[in-house]
Amino acid sequence: MIVKGLIDPGKHFISGNFACAEAALIAGCRFYAGYPITPSSEILERLSSRLPMVGGHFVEMEDEIGSMAAILGAANAGLKSMTATSGPGFSLMQENIGLGMITETPCVVVNEMRSGPSTGIPTRVGQGDIMQAHWGTHGDVESISYCPNSVQEMFDLTITAFNSAEKYRQPVIMLPDQVIGHMSEKIVVKQPWEYEIVPRLTISSRKADDKLVDFSTDFSPMFLAGTGIRGNFESLTHDEMGYPSNSSAVEAKMMNHLLGKIRDHRDSIVEFEKYETDDAETLLVAYGVTSRVMERVVREGRNKGLKIGLFRPITIWPFPDREIRKLSKRVQRIIVTEINYGQYSHSVRENSDAPVEEMHFPPGAVPDPDTVLKSISKPAKQEKHRREKGK
Amino acid sequence: MIQGKGHPKDAFLRSERLPHIWCPGCGIGIVLNAYLNALALSGIPREEVVLISGIGCTARLPGYANADSYHTTHGRSIAFATGMKIANPKLHISLISGDGDLFNIGGNHIMHAARRNIDLNVICVNNFNYGMTGGQHGSTTPAGSVTASSPYGNLEQSFNLPYMMKAMGASYVSRWTALHVRQLTRSIAKSFTVRGFSFIEVLSVCPPNFGKDNGFADAYAQMQYFREHCEIDNNADLHNAGVTFSGDRPIILGDFYHKTRPTFHDIEREIIERVRVDR
Repeated sequence: MIVKGLIDPGKHFISGNFACAEAALIAGCRFYAGYPITPSSEILERLSSRLPMVGGHFVEMEDEIGSMAAILGAANAGLKSMTATSGPGFSLMQENIGLGMITETPCVVVNEMRSGPSTGIPTRVGQGDIMQAHWGTHGDVESISYCPNSVQEMFDLTITAFNSAEKYRQPVIMLPDQVIGHMSEKIVVKQPWEYEIVPRLTISSRKADDKLVDFSTDFSPMFLAGTGIRGNFESLTHDEMGYPSNSSAVEAKMMNHLLGKIRDHRDSIVEFEKYETDDAETLLVAYGVTSRVMERVVREGRNKGLKIGLFRPITIWPFPDREIRKLSKRVQRIIVTEINYGQYSHSVRENSDAPVEEMHFPPGAVPDPDTVLKSISKPAKQEKHRREKGK
Repeated sequence: MIQGKGHPKDAFLRSERLPHIWCPGCGIGIVLNAYLNALALSGIPREEVVLISGIGCTARLPGYANADSYHTTHGRSIAFATGMKIANPKLHISLISGDGDLFNIGGNHIMHAARRNIDLNVICVNNFNYGMTGGQHGSTTPAGSVTASSPYGNLEQSFNLPYMMKAMGASYVSRWTALHVRQLTRSIAKSFTVRGFSFIEVLSVCPPNFGKDNGFADAYAQMQYFREHCEIDNNADLHNAGVTFSGDRPIILGDFYHKTRPTFHDIEREIIERVRVDR
């Protein structure tokens, strides 16, 4: 079906935030609730103009707590829904991200990373929400978080994020940094029929004693409000009827289902990119705008004869553990480069056989490739962070 | 087990979930009964009815009703419902939740939903304390009341909910008690017909928590207080409608306010019809 009013196929010179908004419409997003916050506000502004044009709904909420709650409400009324925010707002959304997880409500949360803690430097780049994207809400969840490093990828991954939200029935996080959101680049938009759009699976009818969710299968259809299903949507730990339970046996069954549906399909979710890793002795790990810098470091390092390569996780979560493990057996060292004070390095170290070094860049600026190259050209010194695994 | 034809409301209840969790003497069951009676009176097809709540004793109510029910996070039910109603304006959405959920932790959301005139039916069961966590004071606890967290008497002034909701822009405002079942049922039925944000406060009893420390030995004693001190005044000056149990002032009840204005959905529909290009 061709929907009128979507962005024209072809080439566009467009900002990351606008690309995200337009991609959401292609993916079928028809509800947005949000609260203005730098650097994500252009997503909200663009959708306030664009959603009504395609018959969708837009509401500017009183805060990010309300925004997250509202997109869950809209998703349960049947619409694909989204919100966008940045660090402080993402902190406020964590409570209802958990609600989306336990009730298996598909939706997309764009969190554009700036500097922190607290208000930090609102208008400048940071990558400090890597851990929050997985562990921000209380309790155990398996996060799906995409980290684009270009405007084209911001566009494409927004569609992927909506599809994953529908497939895996949970909130999916887009984790661009401020630079990706604000910079403008050329993108190519394909014909509408060239995009895979995953539709929502819903329960069409239900007898009184039919289960509402089947914990023994990974994907159950969803009940929508007002369709006569008479389901109970429950924030408490619940059984397959949707009714609350204090039993730890029921808890285990529910959690095995919630975590298992992601763990079982990890291979279809995980995305990454390798650059010059075949003979690399030093492996850089970088994501988002940092990976753009590190690509240049690798290129220039190679010109100088350094055996250096880059691994870029596209899904920050689920963590590409097997890929890192495999590469770590071949390289002499791994350097995790990120615009924070050491977050992703924890997961890399946990999954690496090679020594893992950390290279931190203070939030507020994009790292300078020349400085990075100079520092890794020197023989590896014993960093205080450096830890080696015994064998 | 009592054998018989069952309860007249069985068709409206998830009877497999009974007995409920509420304490003996609790007023919430009365509100459930009034709500189900009003629903039956209204003739609204039950598949269009959605009940939403947050967290707390009253918030368990939707889980016992045989309709789509959404038990969300503490204080966020109004924001959740805002999203659901905007996404599908055909739904008849009722929020039945407690004073703590709607006005303490959820105060920000409820005032904005009233301002936006989202077409929701909100029933706030006010038991003057946080019942589920053991009876601490909140924004509706009358000044001076002794609770689990105000042992020397509550030093804060309480909210006057009808006054506040009218000021925030609600289209319909009323207040009854768990004793005034018929009036409450009529008000709930009326709220189903109101286009826009409707708000009903139900003053209730919480014998084991609020009651026992504030001079009400049991539910009956507090109901007796309601009988003796409530005055119905539909035209009351809401500024003076604060609730006290000091005995020197009446508790004002009534069908206070009903004035319709365009809802969020009405205005949004006009905008969408004007600008849409997708068909």
